[in-house]
Amino acid sequence: MPVTTLSGHQIHVNDEGFLTDPSEWDEELGTALAAQIGITMTDEHWKVVRYLRADFATQGETATLRRVSTNGGVPVKQLFAMFPQKPAKKMAYIAGLPKPQGCV
Amino acid sequence: MKKRLLVLGAGTAGTMIVNKLRHHLPAAQWSITVVDRDDVHPYQPGYLFVPFGLLAPEQINRSRHAFLADGVDFVIADVDRVDAPASTVTLTDGRVLEYDYLVIASGTTPRPDQTPGMLGDEWQRSIFDFFTFDGAVALSKALQSFTHGRFVVHITDMPIKCPVAPLEFTFLADAWLREQGLRDRVDLVYVTPLPGAFTKPISSERLGSMLDERKITVESDFLVEHIDTENKTLVSYDEREVPFDLLVTIPLNMGADFVARSGLGDELNYVPVDKHTLQSTTYPNLFAVGDASDIPASKAGSVAHFSVEIFVDNFLQLIAGKPMTRSFDGHANCFIETGNGKGLLIDFNYETEPLLGKFPLPVAGPFDLLKETRANHLGKLAFRWIYWNILLPGRPLPLPSHMSMVGKTQPNGATKTLATK
Repeated sequence: MPVTTLSGHQIHVNDEGFLTDPSEWDEELGTALAAQIGITMTDEHWKVVRYLRADFATQGETATLRRVSTNGGVPVKQLFAMFPQKPAKKMAYIAGLPKPQGCV
Repeated sequence: MKKRLLVLGAGTAGTMIVNKLRHHLPAAQWSITVVDRDDVHPYQPGYLFVPFGLLAPEQINRSRHAFLADGVDFVIADVDRVDAPASTVTLTDGRVLEYDYLVIASGTTPRPDQTPGMLGDEWQRSIFDFFTFDGAVALSKALQSFTHGRFVVHITDMPIKCPVAPLEFTFLADAWLREQGLRDRVDLVYVTPLPGAFTKPISSERLGSMLDERKITVESDFLVEHIDTENKTLVSYDEREVPFDLLVTIPLNMGADFVARSGLGDELNYVPVDKHTLQSTTYPNLFAVGDASDIPASKAGSVAHFSVEIFVDNFLQLIAGKPMTRSFDGHANCFIETGNGKGLLIDFNYETEPLLGKFPLPVAGPFDLLKETRANHLGKLAFRWIYWNILLPGRPLPLPSHMSMVGKTQPNGATKTLATK
């Protein structure tokens, strides 16, 4: 596992840059990760990221877009506007969580 | 008093469970009841072949009761709700069934009603599914008059039942169009919410290049918001558009509505369970087996089959007051039909993606993993007989329920010698 440093945080990441240890994350790091993929965090972004963190803590899996929309209360359309093109992947990246399973 | 095992759903998982457990549980001590809404057991892998006339509709369906062991009570009814704290199930006709242990095996169902525009005027005119008997038969008729234009195969969202079936359908459509001499007049397009042809990197690359070779356009990361039926166009959440003349879609798949009514489901009505034991995360006398659970494995008959073997052993330990010692590894094994009498085979689990190798015997095979061969196609055809005659009756099939790593290779040639079992 590569170790990298981002905005003063030493973090373990996989080859796609996703954190491999969700406990290394805090909101300051979330802001830095978002900046890496060109996203400026707003209150709406934080609502989604905090939901993902809380849901992961109880479920042990990264929530799908449908779950964020149904249980987290943010419509899928809005998720695509906030995290363009690949919202599921980008949300997880910023939240320091594993990429959501494709559910083979 | 007799103990009562109640199973909801007499499909692949439910039928195997009652047949295997009836063999182990003495009739004097245990009643076994299975509930289903009808008496028609479809061979679901057969739906794929119906649109191309490769399997006749009458070769798909059998009666459920013919495959249930003696001493299993079969109730035909719809389930209204499960009261898990009270250990009762209420049927829509008002009957109440009490249980000591409950298995939810009610599967997953395509739901075209969940996408705006899908179930409208164009349904079964220019928009079809093939994951239902009616859909597959209607599509076979529509293909007879299809001559040219945009032929779009589409997945609404994951997870879906048999995740390789849309690819197989696309390969078969390509082969069928060539046979009819129509391929040059048709744009074949594969639209998926995934970033590529499949979820796991090595097989996705292999399957993706097979789509390329066949000149099939892939539209990836496409999550449909609605279908514009007037303009016959798929519209995504990020406002991309894919027009079609003929759309073959895989609608959103959801677990049974009674699961939601009973407060037992997640956002897609799947029952949350421990992924190694299939035991409910909330109620220790409740299990969900097969497509009805939320385990992160393929919703496929092979997963139902391998997990039932683990479940049955664990269940016998549980009722004997012992700890459950077997652990399901997410093992799946799927033939992928690729057209022209050939097929591919993939073998994988929770931890390991599909790799190159041989199956079921390492090195000896006879089936090649991740390679197109005639033997894999014949294996797929032979499986229909195995399903009815060996699998459903609960007879042992000489396939390991745990995946083996012996003889498997990464495409760069590195052999894994570690055995998982």
